[in-house]
Amino acid sequence: MATAPEIPAPPRRRPRPVSSGRLSAASGLGLGVGMLWLSLIVLLPIASIVVVALQSGFGPFREAVTDSEALDTIKLSVGAAVLVTVINAVLGTLVAWVLVRDSFPGKRIVEVIIDIPFALPTIVAGLVLISLYGPQSPFGIDLVGTRRGIFVALLFVTLPFVVRSVQPVLIDMERDVEEAAASLGASGFTIFRRIVLPTIAPAMLAGSALAFARALGEFGSVILISANLIGKTEVSSAYMLKLIEQNDTTGAAAVATLLLVVAVIVLVLLDSLQRLAARRD
Amino acid sequence: MAPGRRRSGSPLVRWVLRIIAVGYVLGLVALPVGTVVQHTFENGLEPVLESLRNPDFQAAARLGVFVAVISVLINTVFGIGISILIVRYRFPGRRLLNAIIDLPVSISPIVVGIALIFVYGTNGWFGPALNSMGIQIIFATPALVLATVIVALPLVVREVIPVLEEAGTEQDQAAQSLGANGFQRFVRITLPTIRWALAYGVVLSLARSLGEFGAVRVVSGSVAGVSQTPTLFVNDAYQEFGAQAEQDAFTAAFLLMCVAVLFIVVIALLRPKEQNQ
Repeated sequence: MATAPEIPAPPRRRPRPVSSGRLSAASGLGLGVGMLWLSLIVLLPIASIVVVALQSGFGPFREAVTDSEALDTIKLSVGAAVLVTVINAVLGTLVAWVLVRDSFPGKRIVEVIIDIPFALPTIVAGLVLISLYGPQSPFGIDLVGTRRGIFVALLFVTLPFVVRSVQPVLIDMERDVEEAAASLGASGFTIFRRIVLPTIAPAMLAGSALAFARALGEFGSVILISANLIGKTEVSSAYMLKLIEQNDTTGAAAVATLLLVVAVIVLVLLDSLQRLAARRD
Repeated sequence: MAPGRRRSGSPLVRWVLRIIAVGYVLGLVALPVGTVVQHTFENGLEPVLESLRNPDFQAAARLGVFVAVISVLINTVFGIGISILIVRYRFPGRRLLNAIIDLPVSISPIVVGIALIFVYGTNGWFGPALNSMGIQIIFATPALVLATVIVALPLVVREVIPVLEEAGTEQDQAAQSLGANGFQRFVRITLPTIRWALAYGVVLSLARSLGEFGAVRVVSGSVAGVSQTPTLFVNDAYQEFGAQAEQDAFTAAFLLMCVAVLFIVVIALLRPKEQNQ
């Protein structure tokens, strides 16, 4: 093994298995306990959603998800999530770029501010937004009960996802290819499109997937500013909560199942795009 | 850093990008956060202190800390165990296990709460059996802990796994060949290797656990002084209307915000240590 020097695997890629790792008796027991625990807290509860949604047959399920109020909430939640994801993909990448490639006084403060939406409890985020864009807004902008309000709330809570997934890739990126392209006369935009973008695309997509899932199911930050107006600003998560509080278990489970399906489709789509982008790289 | 590395031609582009990025972040996050601080203290300190004396607030704070600490302990123990299993062993269903861990972050917290009701509620799958044993989960503290554990599930695992993968098993095997038992190897080798990643994961989990709202909202019942967590307190007080209730909401929100910022600063301090390893 003295011939070829070990080439360190690039970080954030799936490394080779560390050992052949057969399970011993003790680790087998650990695996059993771990799986049992995960079944109790994740698998069974999620299965229960689908089971409850379909246990009275397909008829009630279809009735629940084609209810006009249900459809309104789903259209709103999915539409808002898509829009927010697209904006995040663009602006999140831009913010990451500026944080990595630029330096200016106060950059570290911006770094800290970006993490705030991630650490801030969602209901506090809701209160934060309503005090700026509510009836007592210091700028006279009142977004309570509007879809724009929901939109701002979702942008707020999803800000860190794309930034934080693109940033490490930009930091690790070698500059020599860009410099070579620049010396051959490529413009800044061409360099970004042909060299930087293909490298960061998988991270962009991964961050976008997280942002989409978050926006689709968001509740706490949205609930105060949306004012929950039926047919206008009622999001799916608020609607499901209302159904479960009215003891409409089938309805709540049906909407939850539909949202799970939407989330799975989008996440699989983004994951395959990510693989495609990673292969091209 | 090194001269001559500047590529994006014009300084104009650089300035435009900088202004968009900083403006977006400040406008979206810093401005609203600043408004809350101003709103909390606009009538001076006395109403804030009055909120702090509210027994419901104090009970909510105690419950919140209790639930968060228990949840983080559970997630830390299982997080370390599951990370070691995923990194060091090959077994059927390993990829599935890996995927399940991430599931809770892709699901609405409301769905998490509803699912818990279906399984552990009075009319749920296990509810009647648990009830006959005298155990109540939904609308009681165990449900708060369960909901919190679920939403914070991946945080420790996702921090620890990359570090374990990078570290490999050579040290571990060397220790084993020298006769160290499993426990000794864990305490002397694995734990020191993952300590910063683990600390980072624990802080993230703590922040998430203290701040969980949606899932807890579904399963708690939110009875003041009994099953009301700090986030529920903020919500209920804000919905109540009336000057002192609104002040209570803003005071609690302000405190939660301070805790969140404290966590971020701690994380920012931990991060470089993790990278230095």
